[in-house]
Formats: sequence, C-alpha cells, structure tokens
Amino acid sequence: MLKQNSNLASARLGGLVWAIWIGVIVVPFLGLVKTGYLVLAIFVLSVLRFAKFTFIKSTIVKIRRFKIPKINPIILSIIGILLLLIVPMFFNKYFQDVLVVCGIYILLSLGINIVVGLAGLLVLGYIAFYAIGAYTYALLSIHFHIPFCLCFPISGALATIFGILVGLPALRLRGDYLAIVTLGFGEITRIVLNNWDELTCGPNGILGIARPSFFGFKFTAPIHYYYLVLCFLVLGIFIFNRLNNSRIGRAWVAIKEDELAASTMGINIVKLKLLAFAISAAFAGVGGAVFASKMTHVSPESFTFLESALVLCMIVLGGMGSVRGAIIGAACLIIVPEFFREFGNLRMLLFGVAMILMMRFKPDGLLPYKRKRLGSE
Amino acid sequence: MLLQQILNGLTVGGVYALIALGYTMVYGILQIINFAHGEIYMIGAYFGIIFIASVGSNLSVSILLPTMFIFAMFFTACYGFTIEKIGYQPLRKAPRLSLLITALGVSIFLQNYVMLTQGARDKVFPHTISENINSSLAHFFSNILPQKYVVHNNLRILNAQISFIQLLIILTSIILMILLNLLITRTRTGKAMRATAQDLKMASLVGIDTDKIISTTFIIGSALAAAAGIMVAIYYGRIHYFIGYIAGIKAFTAAVLGGIGNIYGAMLGGLVLGLVESLSSGYISCEYKDVYAFIILILILIFRPQGLLGKRKGEY
Repeated sequence: MLKQNSNLASARLGGLVWAIWIGVIVVPFLGLVKTGYLVLAIFVLSVLRFAKFTFIKSTIVKIRRFKIPKINPIILSIIGILLLLIVPMFFNKYFQDVLVVCGIYILLSLGINIVVGLAGLLVLGYIAFYAIGAYTYALLSIHFHIPFCLCFPISGALATIFGILVGLPALRLRGDYLAIVTLGFGEITRIVLNNWDELTCGPNGILGIARPSFFGFKFTAPIHYYYLVLCFLVLGIFIFNRLNNSRIGRAWVAIKEDELAASTMGINIVKLKLLAFAISAAFAGVGGAVFASKMTHVSPESFTFLESALVLCMIVLGGMGSVRGAIIGAACLIIVPEFFREFGNLRMLLFGVAMILMMRFKPDGLLPYKRKRLGSE
Repeated sequence: MLLQQILNGLTVGGVYALIALGYTMVYGILQIINFAHGEIYMIGAYFGIIFIASVGSNLSVSILLPTMFIFAMFFTACYGFTIEKIGYQPLRKAPRLSLLITALGVSIFLQNYVMLTQGARDKVFPHTISENINSSLAHFFSNILPQKYVVHNNLRILNAQISFIQLLIILTSIILMILLNLLITRTRTGKAMRATAQDLKMASLVGIDTDKIISTTFIIGSALAAAAGIMVAIYYGRIHYFIGYIAGIKAFTAAVLGGIGNIYGAMLGGLVLGLVESLSSGYISCEYKDVYAFIILILILIFRPQGLLGKRKGEY
C-alpha cells in the first residue's frame, strides 16, 4: 500500500515536471494563457494515466471475449455484396464522393503493400506513380480523345515502365537508402510536372479532362464512379490475393525476411524485386487514372510527399501485408477524418500525434497479419 | 559572375552543412534518418523571429545578435531533446520502419503546430533590423579591412559583391563547425559520442550512459540547425512553416554526399551541395534548382553510397 502510494506520488511529480517542461518550450509559440491550459491538461492526463479505470477495462475485456458467431460464409458474402452494391445509393452525394476517394486510396495501399508489405522494400515516393497515371490519363483524353477503356490500361502500363525504371537503380540499395532514393524520385517527378509548362501546363495543371463514357453511358454522378472504383478494387484484391498466395508472394516474403538466404534458395532477386516495383506501380497508375477521370482536373499539388506518407501510413496503421490491413488503414485515414471536418487544421496535428502514438503502442497495426503456414491446418 | 556564384554557394552551403551535421550525428549513433530534423531548423528560424518581434527593435546589434542566437539555439535544443525523449527513446528496440513513421509523425505534428500557432502566412524578418545588422557589420569590418573592400555596406572581392550578412553566415557556420570539432575531438563527452557511434552496446558496457549521449547528440544537432534557421531568416527575410521539408531533404543530401555518419563529410557535403546548386542555377536553369540536389543524391547513392569521405557504417 505504501509502495503504491509512493509510486503514485512519483508519477504525479513526473507528470508535473513533464507538464511544466512542455509549458516552458511552447510558451514562445502559444502565449501565456493557452500554455497554462495546456500544462494543466497534460498534468491531469498524466495523473489520470494511473487512475484505475475498472469500468472501462472490464468493458474492453468483455469486447475482447465476445466471439463473432459463425455465419455461413455464403450468407455473409451475400450480405457483404448487398452492403457494397445497394447501400451507397442511399448516401448523400458528398459521402458517396468520400467513398470513391477512399476506394482510390485502398487501391493505392494495396499497391504499396506489394512493394513494402510483401517484398519489404521501403518506398517513399510512391505517389509519383499515381501522378504518372493521372497525367497520362489526362493527356490522352485531352489530346487524343482515346476511349477511356483504353486509357486505364495505358496509364497503368506507363506507370509500370516508370516503376521498372525506378526499380533498376534501387536494386543496389537497401533500407533507408532505398527510401531516400525513391523519395528523391517522387520529388523530381513533382518538380518536373510543375515546371514542364509545354506538356503539363505547369502549376495550374490540366483542366477539362473528359468524363469517361461507356457505350454511350456517361459517368457523371459520384455513384457511377463508386461502381467503377468497386470494379477496380475487386480486380485489385483478386490480383493481390493470387500473388500473395503464389510462389511469387512467398518469394517476396522470403526476400523481405533475408535476402541472402532467399537467393541461396534459388530465388531470382533481381526479377522479383523488379516485378514488385512494376506491379505496385501499375496499381498506382490505374488509381491515378481513376482519380484524373473523377476530378477532371490534375495539378502537381495533388502529388506531394505528404500523399506518399499518407499511403504508407495507411498500411502501417492497418497492418502490413494483407488486404484487410489496406482497407482498414485507408478507411481510417480517409473516412474517419471526414467526421472531424470541424476541427479544420487541427486535424493534421492530431494525425501526426496519432502516428507517433500508434508506433509507440501498436507498431504492428490495428489488425496484425500473420501469414498462413503451409500444412499448419 | 563565377566568383559571385561561388560566394553565394558558400553562404547556402554553410547553412546546409549546419543542418546536415544534425542528420549525420544522429545517423552515426542510431542509424535512423531523423526526418523531423528539417522541422527543427524551421522552429529555430521561428524562434529567431519571435525573439525579434518581442524584444528586438530597441536593442543594439551587438547585443541583439548574440542574444537572439542563444535564445533560439537554447529553445530549439529543448525541442530536439523533448522529441527524442517522447518519440524515439521508447522505440530503441523497434524496427526501423517504426522509427521512420514516428519521425514522419513528428514532422507533420511540428509543421501543423507552427502553422496553427503562428499562422499559415509568411513570417517576415523586419527589413529595418536586417539592414541595421548589415550596416553595423559593415561598420565593424570597415575598421578591420582596407577601405576598398567595403562598398555601400557590401563586401567587395574582385568583381563580386556579397552583403555582410552573407559574410556573417559563412563565418558563423565555420566557427560553429570548429567548435563542434573541438567538442568531438577534445572533450570527454566527445570521446563518449565517438565511442557510442562506433558501437552503442559496447559503449554502454564500458560505462557510458548512452541515453545521455544520444540526448546530447540531439541537443547539439538541434542547436546547430537553429543557428542555420536564424541565419536563413535574416538572409532571405521571410520564412514560413513549410521551409523545413525542402531544407531537410537538401541537408540530408549533403550528409549523404559527404558520407553519412561522418561529420567532416557533412561539412564538406553541405558546401559542395551549396556550390553545385548556385552554380547550376546560375549557368543552367533556376527553375530546376531543387532537382539538382535530388539528382546528386540519387547518383551518389547508386554509385558511391559511402559518400565522398565516408566509411559505410556510422563512424566519426
């Protein structure tokens, strides 16, 4: 009892010291009054940390113990399909739009999941491939009036070529160095898009991209794009899963775990790394094309480093190497902030804090993914 | 023209070198890229402007300059220390990717923190004060230098002219680098830092408090970045909350160019990068100024990843 009390006292003291310290360093930025509130808040929080929240804790335990009743998978999938196909029709246009954006980001996080989550190659300039897809679509539809069914594969193919071009030098590098080179590539792409006025119209971007039409049916409302994105997502998830469970996916994971051991097992490192770059770039390219067709406007400011960081955060948040991780991560970072619109600029601040806390307390993501072992079931 | 570009390059290069030192020291010890370091530099610049805004206008330059540097360097060092304690220290045993994400988080947090508290618009360093600083420096140097070198409060060397603020930047960076070098090579703390950079575990086994050394590294790196930030604020006259990102990337390029983990490499890399940038934007094209840094970075990483002076592993 005595020990507990002294622990609590020292915790309070520690909290007070931290609160005052933070107060001292933020005073010049915040001014006295706001700093006072902040110090008080930090102190209260640090004391509360040691309080016993028996009620909350027992609720958490209850939630953890709660087993989802087994439902027939066929019924479950029918419900799922109905939810995805029918329900969005009843949302308002704004929320449908958010869903479309979320879908595009799920596509992106699936793509980056291949190269980061499976092959273990840290890529920080991923948004460059997205930009290339978007600009390809924009230029094709403005200058050549190519039907949109052809635009998507061409955008994907061009992004793939760029993926291989980036992948080639990246083969020599590992870890942080690779991260920085890809970051440099992403920035170079953005700066070139910003300055090459003849082709990309510079910082203003390309306006008036034609909306896609399909056998006379024109895509106009957000709900149309929702179904378009849904189609691509189904395709993307199918490809991701097939790759993940094949020899290729296992080879990627082997490279991630130990490159040397993988190459002694007869895995062609060069080919597989390039394949990872190429496929993930293709995902981003198609995503970019969808983005361009939806916005009817592309400009370099949509493709900043922050976007790359955002996509990376999605898979880290959701848990790397899995489809559900990508979906949950993208949903958390796109849909959830929509509910905090009133916070305005505070949103990004909280986003930064969330990233720090997440890495400290749950570094494997919300739903950590364990690969199925062969023959373990 | 050539001499002019070289002098401008040295000015910018000194700033890059000071920021690069922070990257390279942290990388040397922890092998992490501290992405938040660019933001630390930005915070330093803001502290300089906050100081000027609150007390600056009625102090004479000889008091103003040193106090401003000390104020900003002290507070920015506190930021570096706090970030390390809250963000990085709990993750000592975590995988690299977690540290990288934390650093990104810190960076996003600091940018928005500054934007929310200081406003999204450009902050202006009062022109009268920078003019004042320049003319007092000119006055000071005209006592030392022969009269023909000082023209209209500018320093004239052959056919090139630089302002005395530029001279101040070059000199201050050189002095700070010499001080750092003395600290690293001559003091006990410096010895402990070198040992920790060579082998963290071994250093802790021989009785070095490695946590303390890591904190010291962050404090020194942040103070140097703050000095760079103030000098940029005086030189360009305006700053905003986003300057940390591009400066951070360039300083990182400088650190890699010189050989990451090597402090002399960071100094050399900063100067070389500054020269390359000012020469290429003078003779080729100014629009792609930022691209050159990235191209150098990529070429160096591909063909000589250990940098100009570096050994591959972190070592001073």
